[in-house]
Amino acid sequence: MFASKSLKKQIEPIVESLLAGLVGLVIGALIMLAFGHNPLAAYRSLLLGSVGSVYSLAESLAVATPLILTALTFAVAMRGGLFNIGAEGQVYMGSLAAVSVGLLHLPAPFNLIVALLAAMIAGIVWSLPVALLKLGRGVHEVISTIMFNWIAHFFAFYLIANVLTDPKRGDRTISIIESARLTRILPTATLNTGLFISLLTVAIILFLLWRTSTGFEIRAAGYNPHASHHAGINIRKQVLRVFLIGGAVAGLAGAIQVMGRPPYYAVMSGMPQLVNLGFDGIGVAMIGRNHPIGIVFAALFFGGLMVGGRIMQFDPGVPFELVRVIEGVIILALAVPELRRQFSRLKGRWGRKE
Amino acid sequence: MELAHLWGILFISLHAMVPITLAAIGESIEESAGLFNIGLEGILLLSALTGALGAQASGSAVMGLVTGMATGAIVGLLFGFISTTLRGSQLISGVGINLFALGFVALMLTVMGAPGFHSVAREVQVALIPLGVGNLSPLVLVTVVLAIVAWWLLRRTQLGIWIRAVGENPAAADVAGIRVNAIRLGAAIAAGVFAGLAGAYLSIDWFGAVTKEITAGRGFIALAIVVFSGLNPLLALLGGFIFGFFDGLATWVATYPGIKEIIPWQFVAMAPYVVTLAVVAGAIGRVRFPSALGVPYVRE
Repeated sequence: MFASKSLKKQIEPIVESLLAGLVGLVIGALIMLAFGHNPLAAYRSLLLGSVGSVYSLAESLAVATPLILTALTFAVAMRGGLFNIGAEGQVYMGSLAAVSVGLLHLPAPFNLIVALLAAMIAGIVWSLPVALLKLGRGVHEVISTIMFNWIAHFFAFYLIANVLTDPKRGDRTISIIESARLTRILPTATLNTGLFISLLTVAIILFLLWRTSTGFEIRAAGYNPHASHHAGINIRKQVLRVFLIGGAVAGLAGAIQVMGRPPYYAVMSGMPQLVNLGFDGIGVAMIGRNHPIGIVFAALFFGGLMVGGRIMQFDPGVPFELVRVIEGVIILALAVPELRRQFSRLKGRWGRKE
Repeated sequence: MELAHLWGILFISLHAMVPITLAAIGESIEESAGLFNIGLEGILLLSALTGALGAQASGSAVMGLVTGMATGAIVGLLFGFISTTLRGSQLISGVGINLFALGFVALMLTVMGAPGFHSVAREVQVALIPLGVGNLSPLVLVTVVLAIVAWWLLRRTQLGIWIRAVGENPAAADVAGIRVNAIRLGAAIAAGVFAGLAGAYLSIDWFGAVTKEITAGRGFIALAIVVFSGLNPLLALLGGFIFGFFDGLATWVATYPGIKEIIPWQFVAMAPYVVTLAVVAGAIGRVRFPSALGVPYVRE
């Protein structure tokens, strides 16, 4: 009896996410109908385009790779009761830190590991002030992270155009040096060993949150700060921990996105491969219910939408941007705890009639 | 520096003040009632688009502003409904609104055949008031008046007492016969209308175009201004002007010969965000927020 109850507790969030996903796809279909597109044809091409072949599945995984990390940044904070939307800026800083390691002329075997470490440190440097402002001055993290995102945005523009610029091409940074590049898994797809870094990070966060006292303290602080405080848990320390972990992980996302992305292995001007990674990560974390395993599946779902969305854009001609509309609707649906309750009530009513 | 430059900076500051202040006034009313909407940015973006479309369809700038406000009201209603009747999470639905707006506006710009940019014809833009030293948008005056009206409403009327009561102690307000969720829903719609006006102002007045990045974080800056103002619309006006001034100064520095060569434009563009952070960090401590902010009210 008790076991079945806890099983139900574990399945509940999965059902909620699936329901919200369904709502998102239905409303997406309605919008397509409004614009005169055939939603069935669009979803068919979206599905085939995202998981229909080894190549497309590999591309979906490649898009999911950094999203897993930015989602973890948000999820760790959420578990600690904090709303960290600063991954966006930390991603920019991480990627540029990884690029700048090329200027150090280190011995080849060190480059890869130093680039990853530099990116994590850059992410932390951009994340920690948020924690300090919160602890020192009571500044809400939603406001400070957004401001830091915009400061990072312009600072990155400056670095790309003036400091790390490719001397031959003004529209991008210097390339990641060859010894620091991540290896491709398939010869044609962009999927690379960054995926393993992401999955390893998932395992580490999973272990950290549920198998260590640090993780217990973070979760306790998020669950009930007052009770935790009286139980002797230092709440302020958890704020620092959450932003430290979050910054490092988001910085890593930025590094992977430039160290594993052929053909240039550089940050392009305007940062097309980085912009929105942080914000999409928030959506992924919410769909994955802030659980590392859930995040892996949610990121794959979202990667599939992104990759399939590009195919859908050509075949039935539905604009790619619809994907983000669907994501927004899914998040809105997830905000409503009543949705599931109403749904099960409806199911019950139908059940009685039968 | 010549006098003309001072006038120039003042006018840019006033114009930059408008969208942030309008959104902040609405959010002050909403937060007084206990709702925290981080979807302001999304409302600004959506209404910038619909405001432009409304102005073009009707051929009238006023109708464009009305369309923007109506859009804000609808999104505000949705947010209010999720946060009150459905007892949903305000932070999550706010994020949902922002993501939806980001996708929907980009989608519409693509559908309209102009990915990323859609300019608004001059004839349907808001007419500026010529003042000799420069042209001023009438919305600047509207913003000042609305700030005073909102302050009066919140601090000097029965309705204001009700709004603050449901934000401070919804259970007690409920016992006193105030309909908590109705007041909160109304406040959410009002905040949507203010943000909608701000969004339409961006596209059919200040910039004369719609882009995917038109809001540039102004919805979040408005949230920061609300913190700075301690839910006082008059202080929100002041906060909006301070931000607008640095925005104006940044624009001026970035284009002024002799200075633009010394300071890279990227650092100038950062200034408003750095100032916002500094102002908020300096303001906190003396600010007190409603006790029930962000918490759905459930009658026991």
